[in-house]
Amino acid sequence: MNDTPLQKTPLCAACEKAGAKLVDFHGWLLPVQFEGIIAEHKAVREAAGMFDVSHMGQIFVEGKDAWAFLQYINCNNIKNEPGAGVYSHILTEKGTIIDDAISFCLTPEKFLVVVNAACIAEDFAWFEKQASHFEVAVRNESAQWGMIAVQGPKALEQVTKLLPQAQELARFHIAEISLFGVDGYLTRTGYTGEDGVEIMLPNAYMEPLWNALLEQGVKPCGLGARDVLRLEAGYLLNGADADQTRTPYEAACGWVVKLAKENFVGKDALTAQKAQGVQEKLTGFVLKSPGVPRAGCKVFVGAEEKGVLTSGTYSPLFKGIAVGYLAADAAVPGTEVEIEIHGKRAKAEVVKTPFYKNRV
Amino acid sequence: MHTEENCRFAKTHEWAHMEGDIATVGISNHAQEEISDIVFVDLPKVGQQVTAGQNCCVIESVKSASEIYAPVSGEVVEVNTALANDPALVNREPHGNGWLFKIKMTAPAEYENLLDLNAYKVTIQK
Repeated sequence: MNDTPLQKTPLCAACEKAGAKLVDFHGWLLPVQFEGIIAEHKAVREAAGMFDVSHMGQIFVEGKDAWAFLQYINCNNIKNEPGAGVYSHILTEKGTIIDDAISFCLTPEKFLVVVNAACIAEDFAWFEKQASHFEVAVRNESAQWGMIAVQGPKALEQVTKLLPQAQELARFHIAEISLFGVDGYLTRTGYTGEDGVEIMLPNAYMEPLWNALLEQGVKPCGLGARDVLRLEAGYLLNGADADQTRTPYEAACGWVVKLAKENFVGKDALTAQKAQGVQEKLTGFVLKSPGVPRAGCKVFVGAEEKGVLTSGTYSPLFKGIAVGYLAADAAVPGTEVEIEIHGKRAKAEVVKTPFYKNRV
Repeated sequence: MHTEENCRFAKTHEWAHMEGDIATVGISNHAQEEISDIVFVDLPKVGQQVTAGQNCCVIESVKSASEIYAPVSGEVVEVNTALANDPALVNREPHGNGWLFKIKMTAPAEYENLLDLNAYKVTIQK
């Protein structure tokens, strides 16, 4: 057993006060749910919910070569245009996925990269290693910043009461904000398939922000609902659906790979894989009988084992849904498969993702 | 009628209520709170033989799957078919209409070994 004490976000006490059930998530003590996953899911799909995502990382890249450096370590084209953000994958030389992250341009010489909590240390070390050939300074400020995601069709309306500039902020853009007398960042991003924003402030100002949103009626939501929402919306969970054994092509994210770019880490490997095609591909499944598919369940086509699930859940909208790696020849929408759940085979069908057609 | 007060409990959070040689089985209020948002109950089959302490049913919540252990041994003689359309009944009425299945006991003495409500409450306070 690992005896390292769990890390707490600046909102841990506020979440407990709001009735959170707290769990260990990659070494962080985080709320898995408040009222309940189904009620929280509904709030985000129909109104507005908020998530404490303070565990996520903030890495700043500054200097003359900031953009060139980010272009080199990302497979997607990073925008060198103040305010603009781009979702991309950060790859190994083999073209496999270290992390998925959004790089926001603050100025042509200053970028903010928001990374996954479980990858902060590894990303930062990788950035520092790769930065040696560039005129850049890389700073990990993850421990200083807190972050709340406000998501749902009413999210913008709610956040505008505190931050009027939210209304004009374009999708995947960032704005520098001032709230409670301190500087922070507002981004029109999220991980739910709904419209919404994410607000970053220094740790000490997170509780006032949480309380203000709570008073306005924004519903506190936990990681449980977040996982259902992101899976419905077809977003990868790094560490589950993607890791350093999988490339963006295998993870069905070919759209983030810009092979026309001059050079980036992993380009040679991906160029070769693109020519050869992939053996396995991340594929969506819908269960056709009652039950809940989970990560680790085997997928059969006829008698043959052809894949394994990496994420699965019960969706209030679509019942049993999952994604997993399936032999590429079987990864065709409409293909009938069987998923082994608790030792029994359940009928399922290969479907195109996302399950939930996002309004954003 | 089975209530929290007239049931016996397994340390694994199932309850049993005995009438003659038939034990009705469900999960405790504490267990349904812990599991939360129940979305599917994979019940045993009528006619299936079950053994006390052995896994015979799975309760799925959004987040996780929980194995349910038979509190007593015997043959499953009835399952709660209402759960097929409304699995959340287990959350709403864990001791009433949210029961899971009924066992015709082969070793009624096993029932006496289960905990009464007070003894069970002590185990969940730990």
